[in-house]
Parts: sequence; C-alpha cells; structure tokens
Amino acid sequence: VNRFGLTIAVPRGALFRDTLDLLDLLGVDTAEVRANDRKLLFADSGIVTMRPSDVPTYVEAGAADIGFTGKDVLMEQSERSVFELLDLGYGACTMVLASVDEEPDPAAEALRRLGVVRVATKYPRIAADFFERTGRQAEIVEVKGSVELAPLTGLVEAIVDLTATGTTLRENHLAVREEIAVATARLIANPVAHKLKAEGIDEVLGLLRER
Amino acid sequence: VIHPIPSGTRDVLPDEMRELRAITETLRAVFERYGYGEVYTPAIEYESVLARAPGSNVSPAYRVFDDHGEVLALRADMTVPIARLVATRYPTADPPLRLSYIAHAYRAVRPHRGQMREFLQAGIELIGAPGATGTAEALTVLCAALDAVGLTGYRVGLGDAALYPNLMAAFDVPEEARERMLQELGRKDLVGLEREVQQLGLPADAAALLIRVPQLRGGAGVLGTEEGPVADAVANLRAVLDLLEPNVAGRVIFDLGLARGLGYYSGAVFDVYDPALGAPLGGGGRYDDLLGRFGRDLPAVGFAIGVDRLHAALSGEEHAGL
Repeated sequence: VNRFGLTIAVPRGALFRDTLDLLDLLGVDTAEVRANDRKLLFADSGIVTMRPSDVPTYVEAGAADIGFTGKDVLMEQSERSVFELLDLGYGACTMVLASVDEEPDPAAEALRRLGVVRVATKYPRIAADFFERTGRQAEIVEVKGSVELAPLTGLVEAIVDLTATGTTLRENHLAVREEIAVATARLIANPVAHKLKAEGIDEVLGLLRER
Repeated sequence: VIHPIPSGTRDVLPDEMRELRAITETLRAVFERYGYGEVYTPAIEYESVLARAPGSNVSPAYRVFDDHGEVLALRADMTVPIARLVATRYPTADPPLRLSYIAHAYRAVRPHRGQMREFLQAGIELIGAPGATGTAEALTVLCAALDAVGLTGYRVGLGDAALYPNLMAAFDVPEEARERMLQELGRKDLVGLEREVQQLGLPADAAALLIRVPQLRGGAGVLGTEEGPVADAVANLRAVLDLLEPNVAGRVIFDLGLARGLGYYSGAVFDVYDPALGAPLGGGGRYDDLLGRFGRDLPAVGFAIGVDRLHAALSGEEHAGL
C-alpha cells in the first residue's frame, strides 16, 4: 500500500482526474491507475476505484479507510456513518431546480394551479428534503439517466439536478429556477479508521490543508 | 413456503446460535466474576416512563396501545429500564449497585451489517460509583470481557461528553448555534462544524480550538498542554487513565471529539473500535443525571457491547489471521 497505510476510495467520473492529481501531490503513485481503465483494485498504491456514489458505501463499511466523493453524494446518502473531514474545493457543481425555459414557469404554474409539482431527479432525497424545507408539495419521480428528457416529454414539470456550467440545461431549453446547494469534492473517513489510523489520516489531512 | 419477518429482524439457527452462546456465556461469566448480578426487564415498558430519560434521541421505535389505551414502547436500550428498576426495586439499597444484562433492544435504524432493528446487547451498569474510580472499573470490566472472548485488536476510545458543550459555553457561543454545532459533531461532519464556527466571529485562537478539539485523538500525546475548559476534561481523562492497570491502559486511546448518540451521557464516554469491523462494536459512559430523573439520584456509569458486532469482529479477526 501507500506510505500512509490507508486504503483509498477514488471515484471514477467527473472527480477522477483532479483526485488523482491530488494523490500525486501526496506522493501516492497513480501511474498504474491512470494507465488502466478496467482494473478496479490497485494494491500497490492502496487505491480502489468505483462509481462516485459507491464511495460512502465502501468507506462506511471499512472496506476503504478514506475516500473522495462529492457533497451531492453525501447529501443524498446522509444516513451514512462516515467522517466528513475536508472540503477539497474542486469539482464544484450546483444542485438546481430547473424547468422548461418558457414563461410562465411551468413548475410555478403547476404549484399555483394544481398545488403539487412533479419533479424528476437522480437525487430523490435531496429533492424531497428541499421541497419539504420550503413548504411545497412535490411528487418526486426517480430516474436513472438523462433527467433533462423528463420535462421535455411531459413526464414532469421540473427537475432537480447537478450542473457545472449549465450548458446541458440550456441545450435542452431548460432554465435554472432555484439553486439548492453548491457541492464540492470532500474527503471522508471510516469512523474506526479515523481513530485507529489517526496518524496516516492526519498526515493526509495536513498535506491537503497546506496545499 | 416463505413467510416474511419484519425488516431488521432475523432468525438464528443452531450453528450461529452455538457461536453466539459461547460469546454470551463468556461475557456473563466475566460480569459475574466482577460482582455484576444479571437482571432482566420487560421488553415493553410504558412510553411515559422511558421518556423520563433526558434528551435521549434514541426514541422508542415501536409503540403499541395496551387494552387500557396506554402507550407501550419497546426499549431502545437497557440503561433507561435499569435506571427505572434501580429507583423502583432498590430505593434504599446502599450503593454501589452492580448490575449486568444480556438482552435485546429495538431501534428504527437502517438495517445493515451488525445493526439490526432488534439487536442483542451485553453490558453492565455500575450505579453509585462516582468519577474516575467508577469509570475505571467499567473500563476494566469491558476489557476483561473482550479479552475473555478472544478479541485481540481492539482499542477503547475515551472522551468526555461535557467537553464540547463546556468549550462552547466558555466562548459564549449563542445557544442556537450550540445546538447546530453539536448536531454537526454528531453527524461527524467536521466541514459543517468548521463552517458554523467560522460564522461565529470568535477570536482566531478560540475558533481554532473549537475546530481542532474534535480532531484530537490518539495516545497520551494528544492530551497536551491545553488550557481552560479543555484542561478540565483532560485532567478528568488522565485521572481515569492513572487508575487503570497497564493491560487496560494499553487499550485506551483518547478521543476528545467522541460524541455518542444517546443524550443522557454527562462525563466520560467511550467507544470500542476493532480494525476488523468498520463501526464501533460497543461503548458507554457516565450518566450521572439519569437516575435522578427516576427518583434515585446516584451517579452511574455503564457500557453495552453489541453481541452481533462482537461476533462479526471476532470472525473478521479470525479471517485476517490475527
């Protein structure tokens, strides 16, 4: 394993490159990970790669000691018992409520006339919490891919989704109506590893804070 | 024919039961050796009686009405029922009282490995033994119990439930912010805690201390030259450590950020960690104000071991060749 003696969960996907750059900075050898698209477990560097939303699962169970994941994933899986140690700053995205860019706003119209808005999302908990917090009635429709399609076909009036630049939303004629939260990459740790491997974790934390 | 059982419950068949029995019989023998007599209380109690426990945020998960319309609840732990038992059945007995239990408790959790909704706990309550002496005895019994079942890699994280509240009081943190900060701490969200602290507009050294203290954990080295409210907590923890035999002291690591989920803890708190399990397998602490709520004002300390978690940790250690 690496010099910290930690198993590190690394998300493939949008945070992948930045996370590997950070690990290089820490002196963890990522060359093999970069060269290999299909391999998942890299024993020499103590890295395991996975879907971003699986990172809290592995870290909570102790299958990985620490992990890198987005705040959006942590918000959606808020029941996971993991330490959230550091806001890493990169991978900033905004969780937004969006609807078809016409006037009047179809989502507001549905709420005004029907008292309930149908909302498609890959983040049902975040969406439900948001509408509950703001005292509005929503019917949450969970979809697994291309959320943008849902309001265009009349499945729903609005979506809750993560956006970095807003390009995909604009290309699909969707307008941001409300911002729910900003999500950046986070360093998380297993609660037992946080105690029993404190030295390695504090060293990683110190290096990342200094960066 | 498959007949379902409720989520978070399970059947135990003979192979597993033999292993569980071996564990609980060993634990029972250790408790007995240290003078802790075993008790059993009803699994269902009046909700109004359980609700006397202060600020317990493990509220009963299962409630039923009895034939008189009274609300009954399944106990969420054994500590609160035993506080009731002591006040009711031992109103005049000379302390200290030493009681142990091996019994099921019930919580509305997301069922996962080692955490079912019905789960078996083995533990002790030491009632009427104040301060470091009582805490040291509980830690001694805890380590003797874990040693006896053959767990080798475990450590006991020792912290103080009063530390962070005292720290916030010392820095005059506004009441509503305190609650939010304790919530972030309970959720283990140190990023959120740091954000809350920075919004307080405290002097830089005070803010730094509020952010740093939950991160302090490890050997005696972490109990450094802290001043003010931290020094009091550190002195209390050192006093406990000084009373421990070397083999128990060697198991203890300090953990100033330790926040246990149950609201009734008042002083020293501890969690048991084993490298073979991703979650604490047990824990406990002082609850000096709990028995007073039931009418017998005695300081107390206790711990509970999750038997399924201990079983999983033993099997994990075996698998890892420890």
